[in-house]
Amino acid sequence: MTDGGARFDLRNLLGGGSDIRTLAMLLVVLMGAFAVLLPGEFLRAATFQAMAFQLPELGLLALAMAVTMLTGGINLSIIATANMCGIVTAAILTRTVPGDVAVGAAGAGYILLAMTAGLVTSLLLGLLNGFIVAYLGVSPILATLGTMTLIDGIAVVLTKGRVISGFPRAVLAIGNGDVLGFPVPMVIFLTTALAVGVLLNRTPWGVSVYMIGSNQTATEFSGVRVRSVLMRVYMLSGILCGLASLVMISRFNSAKSGYAASYLLVTVLASVLGGVDPGGGFGRVPGLILALSILQVVSSGLNLLGVSSHLTVALWGGIIIFITSLNLLRSSRRLSKRSA
Amino acid sequence: MWRRLRTHPQRNEIFLSFIIAALSVYLGLATREFFSLENLLDVLLSYSFLGIMSAGMLVVLISGGIDISFTAIATVAQYTMSLIIINYGGNLLLAFLIAGAVGIFLGSVNGFLIHYLKVPAIIITIATLNVFYGLLIAVTKGRWIYAFPTWFYRVPSLFSFTTADGTEYAVTLPIVLLVAVFVSTAFLLRRTAVGRMLYALGGNQEAAVRMGYNILRLRLFVYCFMGLLAGVASVVQAEIVQTVAPNSIVGRELEVLAAVVLGGASITGGTGTLPGTVLGVSLVAMMHNGLTLMGVSSYWHQVFVGAVIVISVSVTAWSQRAGRGRHRVEIEV
Repeated sequence: MTDGGARFDLRNLLGGGSDIRTLAMLLVVLMGAFAVLLPGEFLRAATFQAMAFQLPELGLLALAMAVTMLTGGINLSIIATANMCGIVTAAILTRTVPGDVAVGAAGAGYILLAMTAGLVTSLLLGLLNGFIVAYLGVSPILATLGTMTLIDGIAVVLTKGRVISGFPRAVLAIGNGDVLGFPVPMVIFLTTALAVGVLLNRTPWGVSVYMIGSNQTATEFSGVRVRSVLMRVYMLSGILCGLASLVMISRFNSAKSGYAASYLLVTVLASVLGGVDPGGGFGRVPGLILALSILQVVSSGLNLLGVSSHLTVALWGGIIIFITSLNLLRSSRRLSKRSA
Repeated sequence: MWRRLRTHPQRNEIFLSFIIAALSVYLGLATREFFSLENLLDVLLSYSFLGIMSAGMLVVLISGGIDISFTAIATVAQYTMSLIIINYGGNLLLAFLIAGAVGIFLGSVNGFLIHYLKVPAIIITIATLNVFYGLLIAVTKGRWIYAFPTWFYRVPSLFSFTTADGTEYAVTLPIVLLVAVFVSTAFLLRRTAVGRMLYALGGNQEAAVRMGYNILRLRLFVYCFMGLLAGVASVVQAEIVQTVAPNSIVGRELEVLAAVVLGGASITGGTGTLPGTVLGVSLVAMMHNGLTLMGVSSYWHQVFVGAVIVISVSVTAWSQRAGRGRHRVEIEV
């Protein structure tokens, strides 16, 4: 997606981690299997549209996780950040614009204000993470474990654990509407993914991100301002959480602390499945999108088959273990071939 | 003194002890109940389950690994144990044996996968968390379990006493087990060859390999130990709350990690002590208990815990960085 035509190389799309052909093959096999198991039910526009409404939430959160993993970090506070941002947006919305009505120009202004406030909140929370990681030198897992607890705690205090709900129709359209048949959440996700892909693979900043993930000390000595790059990584992660929260609250028509908590660890799995090296330095957006599609197809297919959603989660975990063992087999075979 | 303290090997423990002592004095003056024996036993009982698992987490962290799946292991162990003792009868020892065996088995799955797939432990254990838990809930349909045999309701206690107003308090099995787990983990880490090897493995894996350590065996030991303690903790938790619910343990994995890290264990392996972990868990327990006794709304508890974690890890990292900086200057001069 982000590669020019001349240098387009399938294997290049993924970088180090897993192989994009394996993922593409797995996706095709899974879709084929569901098409056979669910004749006339799986391969329908409605199924795909439902998937296109469900994928973006996890997708945006996975992007937020993946950008930090590229630097060898992790962001455990993504869900807390998204919920905090959702709560800020929801609080302003419900206080200024009456719920579930068409709104005029003044209402539109308030909606814009509410969303901006939410996104600014997520940016500031990202800034906090970035400061602790980049300038105080705390390991990302600990820093974001702390901010996760703190942000979640503040969100609970602000809402007393209650749900804030009842948004104007214009807001609900973000999560539930479509543009020429394309679900709005999908449009937001793909646009964002494209932008993140461009930032990572077409800008000097993006190159620094990968370099930091490969070898932070070497990057520092090569003259890159590592701290400022890292700071921006966590700010980007924050903004992505903010976007995820806008999609989330408009789909649920409510905001609350603790929403989507089970997604936290799944975003790590999705990133790794998509070829992001947990040690940092490798991984690209198209691989991540493919991985998310696999998870979504499994989830939707099993749901149509009437299988418990918990079994789906188990299968997601199984797929990661399967793919990593495949990668291991392949790399060890390659090694033995080279030495022979 | 401060200069010496900064370079002292047990600096973190000393620092934590100061904070806990200050907090105790404050809570003792601010509330009447804090220093009562009843309160102490209550806190010990309610944190016995978290404390037992934190000892396992410490061992995993020292070896340079991490385990996120232990909450799922505990839940699986809890369901297996409950279903067997309810349907076939048994006794408390059997309950611990079953849960421990399930824990060791699932822990060995983690150990093998981490060793052979050569993928970071955090990724593998997040995956196995989802696999173990997803399968369990799919099989059990997430049903709650209440109908324990009568012997399970009688929590054995070492000794008990009756207060002036007639309430009875006792040093119960969970507290005894908590102490036993702490003591044996400390012994394992400080006094056994395996314990010392774990520090070496976490400190420098390459060096440990060249020393000829059997890495697979060490890894298996670490994750099985974590599994065993998760199993033991799960029986303790079932014994305390007398119900088994699918969502009572899963989701608390990061809470345990935070307590152990507060206690000075490094996320990159090779450092951490059991006394430190005890202090870390105590600090978290005291904060919750103190805030409750002072009548602070429970909504605020998490804010305090979060703030303490953020400040503590920041101060630690900052002082290490400052220490390194000074060191570098000294070498250049």
